[in-house]
Parts: sequence; structure tokens; C-alpha cells
Amino acid sequence: MTQAILTIEDHAKTFHLHERNKDIPSASGVNLSVYPGRLTALIGPTGAGKSSVLKGIYRTYLPSSGRILYRSKAGNVIDLAKAGEHQILELRKQEIGFVTQFLYCLPRKSAIDVVAEPLFARGVDSHEARGRAEKLLAQLAVPSHLWNVPPATFSGGEKQRVNLARGLIAQPRLLLLDEPTASLDPATTERVVEHIQSLKETGIAMLAIFHHPDLVRRLADEVVELSPPIAVTELSKD
Amino acid sequence: MSRKILEVRGLSRIHGKGCPLCTQHTGPEFDTNICPFCGSVVAAHDINFDLYRGEILGIIGESGSGKSSTVKMLYFDDAPTFGQATFFDGAEQHDLFSLNAAQQRSMRNKRFGMVYQNPHMGLNFQISAGGNIAERLLMSDLKHYAEIRRRAGELLSRTEVSLARIDQNPKTFSGGMQQRVQIAKALATRPPLLFLDEVTTGLDLSVQAAILDLILEIQNELDTAMIVVTHDLGVIRLLAGRTLVMKHGRVIESGLTDQILEDPQHAYTQRLVASAL
Repeated sequence: MTQAILTIEDHAKTFHLHERNKDIPSASGVNLSVYPGRLTALIGPTGAGKSSVLKGIYRTYLPSSGRILYRSKAGNVIDLAKAGEHQILELRKQEIGFVTQFLYCLPRKSAIDVVAEPLFARGVDSHEARGRAEKLLAQLAVPSHLWNVPPATFSGGEKQRVNLARGLIAQPRLLLLDEPTASLDPATTERVVEHIQSLKETGIAMLAIFHHPDLVRRLADEVVELSPPIAVTELSKD
Repeated sequence: MSRKILEVRGLSRIHGKGCPLCTQHTGPEFDTNICPFCGSVVAAHDINFDLYRGEILGIIGESGSGKSSTVKMLYFDDAPTFGQATFFDGAEQHDLFSLNAAQQRSMRNKRFGMVYQNPHMGLNFQISAGGNIAERLLMSDLKHYAEIRRRAGELLSRTEVSLARIDQNPKTFSGGMQQRVQIAKALATRPPLLFLDEVTTGLDLSVQAAILDLILEIQNELDTAMIVVTHDLGVIRLLAGRTLVMKHGRVIESGLTDQILEDPQHAYTQRLVASAL
């Protein structure tokens, strides 16, 4: 197998709540690897720390201990748990994408511009960026009459697809997916599955949480099971 | 070329005569910024940060936390008690607090921009909207009337102020429109560094959203670095990549904005985030 793009060693996250003087562990003893062109699925019951691991990699959470080693495009190994803020921002812009469960966007922006924004940020010509956004929205079956409307009024599933398109458009090297199909109907889920399969072929490395065991079975190359509160076991499908 | 545009080190402002104990007996752990020994107000103390080109940095905190004081010093509205700030402008490098008055004025007029919460501070209400922008354009290198008027018109339409109102006095404008004129004026010289001090505070929510949108568009187009001062968590969530949290004149926490909002480390930030609507 090719070299891992991401290797997590003994990662743990504990929240300290000052108000209640309490420590709340949300993930511990996490070890996993993610490879180019392959998908690693995180499984485990609610509260096992699946989202917490993704947020730790993206640095939305400050990891409490362990190493999160990312092999960058330039070939450097960066510990994301300790990297500087500007370096993290640059990696988010250029290399690491995150599709979260919620869509935050400005109320005035059209769906197309929301989706194209990661390309704008990279300095892609706006005409080209919008063209690529339209193509992706069509692929994810967002009705074309919604493209020029701000997503604030969209249904949950439509918002989810806009969010997904926004995460996918810049084709990051490492893509983190937090239940990307959670509120989608079966037909749309199928399109997303196809899209994820095609992303694998382009060499994108993915770490994903899926609601459905069926999706794990179909899409995952590696499966990592997390269990609350601390025990972690790594299973292999092969 | 380094990507850094501004480096702030040990910036402090003490109002009053000050004493050797001022900074040791104020701050979040003492729950005050007033020195118990000499009564001086420690408005800001030991502020350190780097700002990169095209980056938006948020400064958040309640009234009296020192966020506006910090920005005022950088814009020369107030002088620091101690500390340094270095502005990296292309190949040049300026130690801001060593500049003389004329150099500071030139820096304010050409390289920096400021948008205040109160439009009265940023706009001249004796003259028209177009005149306000022309005033700033004149301070840069434009000298011809027609050219200045054309640029002023461009800036107003960019900030979505109707051209029909270019010759009207901004005191007849709505609050949101006054903020747009202020933004147009601040941008007139295409400054690489822009300060925004509570620019959406007090505006209707829909107007706020439109202004925030405009700010982001401009940042995208011109790659302007910005320091955004606000007490509104929603504003930094939408605008800022990184955020400083201030209380009683100190930076108590800094980090990526989403991390500050979702995994705040300091007790005060945790309370602030938990109490947001």
C-alpha cells in the first residue's frame, strides 16, 4: 500500500469546563491512517468521539495529546496538533477539506457562490469557479432554479448538498466527511456515493463518518472503530 | 517576501499617571482594569499578534476590554504607553510608533483605512458623500476633478450606494448607507490594511448581513488585510479566520475562529460562547 497521507498516533481530546470544574473526555487512544485514493471510515456509537477526531484534525478542536501527522503536498510531515494557526489556515485553503453537518454562510450569497467560494479563495477566475460550482450542483441533483438563491431557505437535504459541493469543489488532498448523506433521500445518497467513488479514483484521501453501515461496507477501504469512553480497536476489512 | 503585514509586540495603553503596580494588579484574574493603587486605567496591556496579507483577524470582547483601544493605537488615534508595531509595506518596513506626525498622517491617509461604529467619526457631515471620498482621494495622488469624481462614483456603486445620491449630504442617509459610504471612503486609496471597529453594531440584522457580505467581497477582490473589532460572535464567525479574545485590557485567548467558538479554552470565553444566542 502507498504511504499514508495522515497518521494519527494516540490522539486524545478532553474538554475542560471551567464553570463546572469538570473534564469531559471525548476521544482517547485514537490510532489510524488514511491513504491516497482510499477511504477510512470511523465507526462507533454516539459519543465515541468520531466527530471529535475529525475536528481535531481540522483543528476546530485543540487536541489534548497525541500526534496528527499530515504529509503535505510539498512532502513535509506536519503535526497538525501543534502546527501554527497560519499554517493550518493555509492547509485548509489548499489541501484539507471538511464537510461538516452544518452549513454556515452569508445570507446574501447565492448557492453557486457559496459552493464556488473555496475556489475564489484560491484565486481561481470567478467565471471558471462558478462554472465548476454549477457542474457540481447539477451532479448532486440540486435543482437549477435554486442555484442563484441563497441557501438559507433551502430544505435540510438541499443545504446538505450545497455544503457537500462546497467541500468537494476544491478537490482537497485530504477530505474529512462528517455524515455527508445524513439527511439525503436514497436517490441522492446514491449520487453522493458515486461521487465519492470517483473522488477515490482521483487519488483523494478520505476519512469519513457514515450513518449507515451499508455505506461503510460499500465505500470504506479501512474501518476504525471507536468506542466510548476510551477503548479503540482498529479493524481491517481486507 | 514575507506574508506578514503587521507585527504587534507588547502593545500597552495606560490612562492616568500609572505606577509600577498597575499591570500586576489588573487584568482578568483581578476582574478589573483599574489599578487599585493609583487609579489608572489599564486599557490594553501586552498585546501581541501577527497579521498576514489579506487576512481577517477578529478581536472580540465586552465593552472596556481594550479591543478598540488596541485598534486606535495602530491607527494613530491614540499613542501607546509602550510597545511596538511594525508595518510591512512591500519592500518597506515601518516602525509605526517611531514615525513623526506627518509620516503618521500619510500612513493613515494612504496605507490604512478605518471604519468606525459611529459614522460621525469617519465622515465629514458638512460635505456630500462624493466629497467625503474625494477628500481622501485628494490625499493620495489623484488631482483631476473628473478623475476624482469618476473614482468616487465607482467606489459608491461598489459599496451599493445609489449614484443619484453622490452629491447629497450623508447625514440624510440611513445608518447602513452611512456605513457603506465610510467603507467606500476607507477603500478610496486601496489600503492594504483596514480597521473595522464595530461597523455593524446597531444596524438592522438584514443591513448587517449585507455589510458583512460587502466586507468579505472586498477582502476577496482587493486582498485587504483587516482587523475587525466586535462584541458579536456571529460577526467573527462569518468574517475572521483567527480571533483574539480580550478582557480587562488583556488578550486572554487567541486561536482559529472556529476553535475559539467550538473549543474555547479560557473560562471567560467559555461563558461568552455559552451565553451567545
